Amino acid sequence: MDRETLQAAVCQLDSSIRPLEENADRAAVVVEAAALPAILRRLRDEPEFSFAQLLDHVAVDWIDRGQFELVYHLYSFKHKHFLFVSVFVPREDPRVPTVCRLYPVAEWQEREVYDLFGVLYEDHPDLRRLFLEDDWIGFPLRKDYQDDFMLDRPR
Amino acid sequence: MTVEVSSLKELVEQASGTSGSPDTQEYFVNMGPQHPSTHGVLRLVLKLDGERVLRCIPVLGYIHRSIEKISEHMNYMNCVHLTDRMDYLSSIMNNWAVAKAVEEAAGIEVNDRIRYIRTIFAELERIQSHQLWWGVLGMDLGAFTPFLYGIRDREVLNDVMEETIGARLTMNYVLPGGLMADIHPNFVNRVKEFIKYFRPKLDEYDDLLTNNVIIQERLRNVGVLSAQTAVQYGATGPVLRGSGVAFDLRKDHPYGVYDQVDFEVPVGTVGDSWDRYWVRVEEMRQSLRIVEQLLDNIPPGDFLVKKLNSKIKLPEGRYYSQLETARGILGVFITSDKKDEPYRLHYRSPNFNNLWCLEPMIKGDYIASLIGAMSSLDLVIPDIDR
Amino acid sequence: MNLISTPLLAQADPASAGAAPSMERVPTVSERAAEALQHGIWGAAFYIVIGLVAVLIVVSVLGLVMSYIERKVAGHFQCRLGPMRVGPHGILQSLADGIKLLFKEGIEPGHGDKVIFIGAPIFSITATILLLAIVPVAPGIQVVDMNVGVVYIAAVSGIGVMGILMGGWSSDNKWSLLGAMRAGAQMISYEISLTIAILVVVMFSGTLRVSEIIESQQQGWWIWRGHGVAIVAFCLYLIASTAELNRTPFDLPEGESELTGGYHTEYSGLRFSFFFLAEFANLFVFSALATTFFLGGWLPFHIGDYEGFNRVMDILPPVISPLFWFGIKCTALIFLLMWFRWTFPRLRMDQLMRLEWKVLLPFGFANLILAATVVLTGLYFFPTAT
Repeated sequence: MDRETLQAAVCQLDSSIRPLEENADRAAVVVEAAALPAILRRLRDEPEFSFAQLLDHVAVDWIDRGQFELVYHLYSFKHKHFLFVSVFVPREDPRVPTVCRLYPVAEWQEREVYDLFGVLYEDHPDLRRLFLEDDWIGFPLRKDYQDDFMLDRPR
Repeated sequence: MTVEVSSLKELVEQASGTSGSPDTQEYFVNMGPQHPSTHGVLRLVLKLDGERVLRCIPVLGYIHRSIEKISEHMNYMNCVHLTDRMDYLSSIMNNWAVAKAVEEAAGIEVNDRIRYIRTIFAELERIQSHQLWWGVLGMDLGAFTPFLYGIRDREVLNDVMEETIGARLTMNYVLPGGLMADIHPNFVNRVKEFIKYFRPKLDEYDDLLTNNVIIQERLRNVGVLSAQTAVQYGATGPVLRGSGVAFDLRKDHPYGVYDQVDFEVPVGTVGDSWDRYWVRVEEMRQSLRIVEQLLDNIPPGDFLVKKLNSKIKLPEGRYYSQLETARGILGVFITSDKKDEPYRLHYRSPNFNNLWCLEPMIKGDYIASLIGAMSSLDLVIPDIDR
Repeated sequence: MNLISTPLLAQADPASAGAAPSMERVPTVSERAAEALQHGIWGAAFYIVIGLVAVLIVVSVLGLVMSYIERKVAGHFQCRLGPMRVGPHGILQSLADGIKLLFKEGIEPGHGDKVIFIGAPIFSITATILLLAIVPVAPGIQVVDMNVGVVYIAAVSGIGVMGILMGGWSSDNKWSLLGAMRAGAQMISYEISLTIAILVVVMFSGTLRVSEIIESQQQGWWIWRGHGVAIVAFCLYLIASTAELNRTPFDLPEGESELTGGYHTEYSGLRFSFFFLAEFANLFVFSALATTFFLGGWLPFHIGDYEGFNRVMDILPPVISPLFWFGIKCTALIFLLMWFRWTFPRLRMDQLMRLEWKVLLPFGFANLILAATVVLTGLYFFPTAT
């Protein structure tokens, strides 16, 4: 399946799924935070898609829009296709259900995102900081992170 | 729904509840951050019953440099130079991954010469990475000699690459749009000499470790990782292939000139440490084959398609590019907002994802098996922390 | 009858003529002391001091020489040179290291058991010194030659493990404790095999006194005369003594890549050097005992009654000959043990135990029964002239 057909086929799955408006070089869809686990489960289990591996999980801080974009990179060994699943959550209260029951590796990928962006994953079995110390204040990869001691802000 | 955030202290306190028979006491022990077998600063909090590992909690961040944050204030040409500090044994491939991502996003086409040279160097680097891994595996299992044999042969290869690149460890060679320099005039001949030298050494490796009964005892049926678990836990590279999933980006999504060469992808059957060992040793042979096929056919041309100034501006959007390093898939995710600096740059590092296979692999097994299994994962800690 | 037997005897005599000085008993240091005691206390005290000083000097010189040899051997096994800087070919390296260790601070763990912690290395080295006392280097060059020598060896070699257990326990470090527990299990298990292997020789020679065991090999070393039985016993002895010495492939108590140093993790300075000295002196002791039991101790290499060959072997003057032959056999065995160490990887704890209890021990017992049959039926090679 090439990029457009895959994107269209994924959008057919559920009415809440819509294609990503911004430019992306892979098939990319946007889903609602609440519907995420259910949709990922269908994407993983339905033979048409069979996205067996969660390759990566990335957060992007869109500070101007007041949103975090959480991108799940899915890959299917069977069909060799690739999909971005994006979830937009508000910056003030970033919460999203965990998907680590579907993809165990998500447990740590989500911990990394929590550590660096402060996104809270509901129902996560072991939500802790991953790289930084447990008593670290702030979330360094947020665009408004200030740390006069550690970080020299560029001009 | 409230989300509870815990800490390592709480986790350890929770897990330390006594269980099992009254005459044994489970205890925690810190493996690392300074430990001879964690190869750097990986810290594993182990819950042990005697010598059996009940839990293995990796604690990361001892070499976290926040390359992703630093990259947000750098242009794309500069970002490349940070990547060889991640997985320092696949530095050229890391460079290439960023270069590939930027080239694909900016629509830069590189010529055949560049692609050939990149592929040759990537394979040479894969060999030297596996050479070091081979030696280190021997050392982890208690035989010190293989380490120096591995290093000895790696030196030969390092000398060859140093002539062109000028560095021996964090090699900076690949740039968006080409290479930093053309290959040294001696390069082709010296690589040929190296291949002639290294082929018999591989058989020596087999004599020393592969066919050693203690090594086989130590690795077979230790750290068994089923194909399903490997996929679920995000393993890629030799770890995934050792578990019997024949997935290699070089074959499945060819880049460089991998679609023009003939090579095989070694695949394990059981998914134990032995399979991972065998896959890597076999990969060295295949890499030699690839280099051999390409070496005589490097086409003429420029080593840089055009002199790019540092202000490459990518069109707005999200770009993902991936390639197969010596340890698995290195993905580069670029989010661009039309500036010359990435809005967000994320590396999907192979070791970060491979590491989590450790606990399901060795749960209930001995500490010594943990060492063997960890060695067969071939972790590079700076790549985990980034 | 006489006419026929005389030339045979005449042929047999020169064979043992070279070893003639060892036939008449040269008193050992302790015997001299006992004799002197009858004339006065000072004479006895003189010999006691001589014996003690000799053993102390031997222990420290052994530590220096053996560590130098070990490093050189390891170096050449690993395609490098070993120590080269201090003195010509680095011969003063171990002296420099020894001086460094002397001046280093002896750190004590804060919550450890101080008394046991300090006592452990002393215990360890005492066991070694006690063992050294019975090593027969040449006729008369032996501190004690008691009539229950073999029992003494079995008893005293068991003390060494106490030092290791104490060191591991008192260090207040879980890695040390793990190492000590491994050492305890391993050394006590392998002691059985060791003793069984020695018992074979005791059966052959019919004595427990080590000097008499050597004398009994005038007709041929036990490793030749005892058919396969003695060879099996010799192999058992080698394996078991490697385990007793905690050397690779049985170096689990130290297990550097697993336990970061095992029982001596917390030791530094002089106390560490005690463990270190004990280890190297033990290496010598076990090789010397193997020489004594299986390779004819200080006796030269003879083949049955091949007179010409035997005369060539006896060419050395009687004062040097025993030292030379003992030295050469012992060095060969030490080299063999070093060869093991720098070639093999380490076994896992369960594999180690399985090897002892399921393989070596049944073999050892079967071998012991076979040996009894050989002795009863008198099936040696080169039967004694009597």
